[in-house]
Amino acid sequence: MPTLIIDGNEIDVQDGSTVLQACEEAGIEIPRFCYHQKLSIAGNCRMCLVELEKAPKPIASCAMPAADGMIIRTNTPSVKKAREGVMEFLLINHPLDCPICDQGGECDLQDQAMAYGRDSSRFGETKRAVKDKDIGPLVGTIMTRCIHCTRCIRFGEEIAGVEEMGAIYRGEHMEIGTFLEKSVKSELSGNLIDLCPVGALTSKPYAFTARPWELKKTETIDAMDAVGSSIRIDTRGREIMRVLPRLNEEVNEEWISDKTRFSCDGLKYSRLDRPWVKKDGQLTEATWDESFNAIKNKLSTLKPTQIAALVGNIVECESIFALKQLMTNLGSPHIDCRQDSTPFDNEYRASYIFNTGIAGIDQTDAILLVGTNPRLEAPIINARIRKRSLQSNFSIGLIGNDVDLTYKYDNLGNTPAILDEIIKGNNPFSSILNKAKKPMLIIGQGALSRDDGRGILQKCRIIAEETGMIQENWKGFNVLHTAAGRVGALDIGFLPGTNGFNTNEILDQAQKDSIKLVYLLGADEIKTNTLENTFVIYQGHHGDAGAKVADVILPGCAYTEKDGTWVNTEGRVQKATAASQPPGDAKEDWSIIRALSDYIEGELSFDSLTDIRSTMTKEIRVLGLIDKQSPGNWGTFGEDCTIQNKLPFKLPIDNFYLTDPITRASPTMTKCTETFYSNRIRENVTDG
Amino acid sequence: MIETKEKFEFSSKNQIKADQYISRYPAGKQQSAVMPLLYLAQNQNGGWLNQAVLEYIADYLSMSAIKVYEVATFYTMYNLKPVGKHHIQLCRTTPCWLRGANSIAEAICEKLSIKHGETTPDGKFTLTEVECLGACVNAPVVQINNDFYEDLDKKSMKKILELLQENSTPSSGSQKQRHTSAPQSGPKTLITLGEK
Repeated sequence: MPTLIIDGNEIDVQDGSTVLQACEEAGIEIPRFCYHQKLSIAGNCRMCLVELEKAPKPIASCAMPAADGMIIRTNTPSVKKAREGVMEFLLINHPLDCPICDQGGECDLQDQAMAYGRDSSRFGETKRAVKDKDIGPLVGTIMTRCIHCTRCIRFGEEIAGVEEMGAIYRGEHMEIGTFLEKSVKSELSGNLIDLCPVGALTSKPYAFTARPWELKKTETIDAMDAVGSSIRIDTRGREIMRVLPRLNEEVNEEWISDKTRFSCDGLKYSRLDRPWVKKDGQLTEATWDESFNAIKNKLSTLKPTQIAALVGNIVECESIFALKQLMTNLGSPHIDCRQDSTPFDNEYRASYIFNTGIAGIDQTDAILLVGTNPRLEAPIINARIRKRSLQSNFSIGLIGNDVDLTYKYDNLGNTPAILDEIIKGNNPFSSILNKAKKPMLIIGQGALSRDDGRGILQKCRIIAEETGMIQENWKGFNVLHTAAGRVGALDIGFLPGTNGFNTNEILDQAQKDSIKLVYLLGADEIKTNTLENTFVIYQGHHGDAGAKVADVILPGCAYTEKDGTWVNTEGRVQKATAASQPPGDAKEDWSIIRALSDYIEGELSFDSLTDIRSTMTKEIRVLGLIDKQSPGNWGTFGEDCTIQNKLPFKLPIDNFYLTDPITRASPTMTKCTETFYSNRIRENVTDG
Repeated sequence: MIETKEKFEFSSKNQIKADQYISRYPAGKQQSAVMPLLYLAQNQNGGWLNQAVLEYIADYLSMSAIKVYEVATFYTMYNLKPVGKHHIQLCRTTPCWLRGANSIAEAICEKLSIKHGETTPDGKFTLTEVECLGACVNAPVVQINNDFYEDLDKKSMKKILELLQENSTPSSGSQKQRHTSAPQSGPKTLITLGEK
């Protein structure tokens, strides 16, 4: 541990630290542009100059390893002068367009120019101008503002794994650009906007809409995939202006996917803002009272076993819990949360969560991916795997489609038969798993949402047990979910009761008319055509597939508009905070279910969010452990069944940008689809 | 960079050379050979590089196209636009300029009716201004393809261009018959060296 003296104070830092990190440790802020803690060191902006005793000139602290006995000064006149000199050079070619720049108010260059800038320019010559580049529908470029910190290039190379940006030409003529003018194809491209210290890379959808100081900032949790990234939502009035990442080393580090960041404009369109009731085959606007009465009248004609309920992908724990209570009070066992008919039950928590945690990927030395494309299902987790794959002593095998995951892997094939080979030790990869100290298996929904899913689940459990993935402090059995609300629903046990039907059976029985009423809580990813003759209650926030077949529509809140508990794929329980209000008459989902229970026989006992939370956490302990990833209990799960050994795994996500009602309503996500899946759109058009 | 849908491929001779260059670097570091390979490809492709060539080299060395593009744009000796059969590179750095590079430029422009950076309509000549060619002792200097023409004046420059227009080969080196870089009036030192 080197000991340094920084501004007269002695400080110990970790081996391998740089002088800049040592200064930060000592609580001294060092100005910087090119240095970023998650990227490699470039040392090209020169803003972080400090004085090192016995060195002839100031040193770039970001690139200087901290050594024992160094005497560093950060507050001398010569340091200030050096930084002022650097700043003056940076500003030579930087336009003075802060008033029309989106970065204004949160710009590193603007902030640091306050401390180190001159009051006027000494540069009388003409400034250079650089042509803007078109790098896609998400990131806008104003390249004249670029100060060549190369953060964007390093992000592409190191984190996103798409080497598409680079520095072309040289010296005065250097530009950041791409080979051929084409869109940067990465699910993480939005992070370039956060990384850019100036206004060269800005958000296209957010362009010229707001200033940072007029926005209300709410720290909350994302629900666009099952990662549960920490986000900050910026709102003005009721409108969500943008979504930004928050630092959370355990989950998303400081990145978020483009879907998390840019789908928020979908919250403005196709919203359900008032109750609707079907009268004479036509949906008509109604009051809450009318819609509840319509449900009451229908229920009074039905037996409990003729009622069923399904929960969708983006629903928080509180309302799932409330709906489960309601269904229990009504006496119906037909409830399910597994829209994609995966075989999970909640006997063993370890059977349906990402047991090692996302951070566990940093420690593993071998990964077996089964029926998953993490790049589309959870870009944040894929970036974590990529980060691990850049270090030594690591192998990764995939049973699934041959896709570009941004890192190298062994494709073992795409049939369940490979699982047997690995169990029997006939596959070269089984010896890799056996040798690994902390091997892990990541199983995607694509491998499980098929008729033989429970058999596949069993085989995967056997692989985990046979290849030493299950150790005292390491459970290398990981399930990668795609739905934000799924693990929470499984924890609550929103699963068929005794003699209860699962999703497919409910839909079948509805068609056969033995199920007469279906309550859809945000459930849109099901075959709704079987529900045409059934009485459907749709509670949710978007007029999507579920609302189209509904007889009664109850308008609820989107994930940004309600306080709620979410459980991510790791089983980490996180609390979300409402960032804005729902539109029109829409209400918080748990309170809708609570209000409905007054009309029908099955009154619920809670009256506030605090009430429901305390009831819920009393019943399901694990939901009370906020921000913790609780270990799951291991057991014998999965079932023997005939496995269609030759049927390849089908991936659950085909188009990353359109996966749920919010993204389907989002103009930005539609634009992304047009750009990145253009050939597919043409196919769809021909399909009619 | 000029985008093209044409394909590019090393000739079998160049492929052997390219693999020789690659073998000079440790296994897995084949990307270090990007510069000689680009130059090889440029010579094969008529003196310039286009999209197809850059993509071919990127593929050949398993690196991303943007990295090859970065190198190709950084160094001035890679041409990203088509050049004529005779690529005239006129030195404009101080010693040549002091010795009359401007008049040499005038001579070329008059003779070929082109300006700096332009190619003659018949595609035979391209004129480019470059920085020091490293032959200041015999300034002013012009490089045409791989040959240096030194000690130029307006007349000798025009003569060289005439010969090239007639498809004959002008003699390279000093145009004032100077022996290497010895004084114009003949060697002053080491004169006895040859007698022994």
